[in-house]
Amino acid sequence: MSEGVDTVGLDTPPRLAVDRLLDDPETRIIVCCGSGGVGKTTTAAALGVRAAGRGRKAVVLTIDPARRLAQSMGIDSLDNTPRKVDSVGADGGELHAMMLDMKRTFDEIVEAHADGERAQAILANPFYQSLSAGFAGTQEYMAMEKLGQLRARDDWDLIIVDTPPSRSALDFLDAPKRLGSFLDGKFIRVLMAPAKVGGRAGMKFLNVGMSMMTGTLSKLMGASLLKDVQTFVAAMDTMFGGFRTRADATFRLLQAPGTAFLVVAAPEPDALREAAYFVERLAAESMPLAGLVLNRVHGSGADQLSAERALAAAENLEEGCIVDQESGKAGLRDAAAEAAGTSAETPETGSPTAARDTAEVDTYDEDGAHQADGTDTADDAITVDVITAGLLRLHAERMQVIARERRTRDRFTSLHPEVAVAEVAALPGDVHDLAGLRAIGERLAAGVPAGA
Amino acid sequence: MVSGKGGTGKTTVAAALALALAREGRRTLLVEVEGRQGLAQLFGAEALPYEERKIAVAPGGGEVFALAIDAERALLDYLQMFYKLGSAGRALKKLGAIDFATTIAPGLRDVLLTGKACEAVRRKDKTGRFVYDHVIMDAPPTGRITRFLNVNDEVAGLARFGPIHNQAQAVMKVLKSPETAVHLVTLLEEMPVQETADGIAELREAGLPVGRVVVNMVRPHHLDEDTLRAAAGDHRAGVAQALSRAGLGGSRRGGLAERLVDPLVAQAAEHAGRVELERTQRAVLNGLDVPAYELPLLGTGMDLAGLYALAKDLRKQTVAE
Ligand SMILES: Nc1ncnc2c1ncn2[C@@H]1O[C@H](COP(=O)(O)OP(=O)(O)OP(=O)(O)O)[C@@H](O)[C@H]1O
Ligand SMILES: Nc1ncnc2c1ncn2[C@@H]1O[C@H](COP(=O)(O)OP(=O)(O)OP(=O)(O)O)[C@@H](O)[C@H]1O
Ligand SMILES: [Mg+2]
Ligand SMILES: [Mg+2]
Repeated sequence: MSEGVDTVGLDTPPRLAVDRLLDDPETRIIVCCGSGGVGKTTTAAALGVRAAGRGRKAVVLTIDPARRLAQSMGIDSLDNTPRKVDSVGADGGELHAMMLDMKRTFDEIVEAHADGERAQAILANPFYQSLSAGFAGTQEYMAMEKLGQLRARDDWDLIIVDTPPSRSALDFLDAPKRLGSFLDGKFIRVLMAPAKVGGRAGMKFLNVGMSMMTGTLSKLMGASLLKDVQTFVAAMDTMFGGFRTRADATFRLLQAPGTAFLVVAAPEPDALREAAYFVERLAAESMPLAGLVLNRVHGSGADQLSAERALAAAENLEEGCIVDQESGKAGLRDAAAEAAGTSAETPETGSPTAARDTAEVDTYDEDGAHQADGTDTADDAITVDVITAGLLRLHAERMQVIARERRTRDRFTSLHPEVAVAEVAALPGDVHDLAGLRAIGERLAAGVPAGA
Repeated sequence: MVSGKGGTGKTTVAAALALALAREGRRTLLVEVEGRQGLAQLFGAEALPYEERKIAVAPGGGEVFALAIDAERALLDYLQMFYKLGSAGRALKKLGAIDFATTIAPGLRDVLLTGKACEAVRRKDKTGRFVYDHVIMDAPPTGRITRFLNVNDEVAGLARFGPIHNQAQAVMKVLKSPETAVHLVTLLEEMPVQETADGIAELREAGLPVGRVVVNMVRPHHLDEDTLRAAAGDHRAGVAQALSRAGLGGSRRGGLAERLVDPLVAQAAEHAGRVELERTQRAVLNGLDVPAYELPLLGTGMDLAGLYALAKDLRKQTVAE
């Protein structure tokens, strides 16, 4: 376990000290990964806001942020360069934010590496256009590329990177290589220069094979596509090595000591299984893991009251209402009498029925309701019983969610007891403004969910 | 076609729908296209091969078959069918040509996937009866669904002739016919609802048939809004007394019941906020003018029993219309 970690106890995972991570000048890159929809973008943006508030000059690279979140940070225009976010910095800190435009990033690489005419030919090539607009892995590759560019500019002392919404967090590590090796692939080389593949002896055979294959492919895809690919490959010739090299360089950057990975997960089995794979993979790649952000965790300010007791109490109150309604006036009078009750203290651990049977109920000091007209009070008591039963059922449901989430977390922790964890409470609504991001930042720093 | 934002329950809903439609001795085929073995996982079966397998029996004797379509295998099948490639096919595969072809032209990949599904739709047995009464696809997410289904344009641009081109044309005919419906699964949350709205607009623009919105994981509301307001307002004292009456300690200041009031009311307020958000999202969905199915959130997580329960629920809703 390295920096940024507080050990709490044996049975709870070590707590991830987010502020220590953000404050450490050695931390230069934070990568937020995780499976789809768990809160990567939210976490990245919240970390950026918090870092800037603590004096860091930070830039956050978001990918496909929700529209309103992007608007709140002033980055809803896609221009592929970081913009300063107003009124978040303190102590000399600043936040810059951008949203990745993958096609633009790809275009920029082409423009930077090919001379004018050739660049134009590539950009106009239909195959290039389909590749840059939506090829599997292009977004991951371009996110890495952009990270490399931001790092090279050295304008920021902390770069926070969001990762694309893929189903598996591993895609972020694998896709760039896949694209790289695709562009570098055997088949592309065959297309480019068939004669180079075999020696003199193999040449004839290969050429026959090649023409058969290209023939088949052009029948399948239409000759024009194959021609587009060949033109593209020829035009990109000088850049292919470049793609591999760049992907490799960024990969190394991710292994550097100044980099910290945060794996974001929701307290759900699928997300935590993905998180566990990712943790193992990072270790295998010698990439530095700072910890797990367990996002959207539920808590309760009334967690001393178990789901079972809450349900039993709710049933008890509801039964009371039915009895009251069925037995008419008498019941109402009973309820009224009970609401007025005696002032004996009910034991805290009393069984749900005990209180009703013995009518040991406190009067509420500042409440004069029980002194009002009997019938009204009875109606009120029934209404209040219904309301209270509802509150209790809601609470029981919450406690069941908490128990389920805890079991899921414990399963992860028993697999990876060394991984530091910060739990972030689920906010009641979506996070789409700076205030929401600050709230998430505070919860990240606290690391334990506040009673909701 | 069952699409929707990632994680909203496409796979679950597709499976439940296949079970629901397999009523009274009917036979349905559940098709997976993303190579994730999500169906096998859901049904607790072994990984599905590229082969139709019976995966479940529906109540009333209907059968659900499942198939995981693999683009690469489908391409090899087509090559075999059209060109009798034999060992040359294997050579192509070895060189990475198949991988290459299916990746450089995403349209080609989609033609193969939808093509295979359409073949199953049109397949008849010896007596001339359709082999499957319904084919349900666990389709790509909303962001890609229109492009995925609208392979025709894509492919016509890239492959202007040849068997793939003809194949694409035939597939489009099925996909644009009233026999097809694209259902979109959503949650009552802002982003999935937004994606659903965008998805419907795109599908309509492309002339693809929009089916239903499936609102998934709908949570029960224990308290109506008036009750919530009352709880949060001037009934705190009464609530403390009621808690106490229910056996949860003293309602006097500092007593357990009294101390429970604040957090319970806070939870209720949170719940009210969520109900309000859900109401807003529901209104957005209503504005889309697409009929909806609704499925409850299963509190205990998903298992086979839960899947059958969802299927039963869906069956009621499909029968009711
Ligand atoms: N702690 C939280 N409390 C409440 N809502 C949250 C919380 N964290 C994230 N959200 C909400 O969850 C949704 C998904 O979050 P976000 O977009 O950050 O996820 P993501 O992992 O980036 O998703 P994708 O994989 O699609 O990129 C958003 O609507 C966001 O506002
Ligand atoms: N009605 C429901 N009640 C409870 N849990 C559900 C319900 N529907 C789906 N789930 C659960 O939600 C999770 C996501 O569901 P599912 O895998 O079907 O979504 P998906 O849209 O196919 O996801 P992906 O985009 O990853 O393919 C699963 O864990 C599933 O068991
Ligand atoms: Mg995101
Ligand atoms: Mg799925």
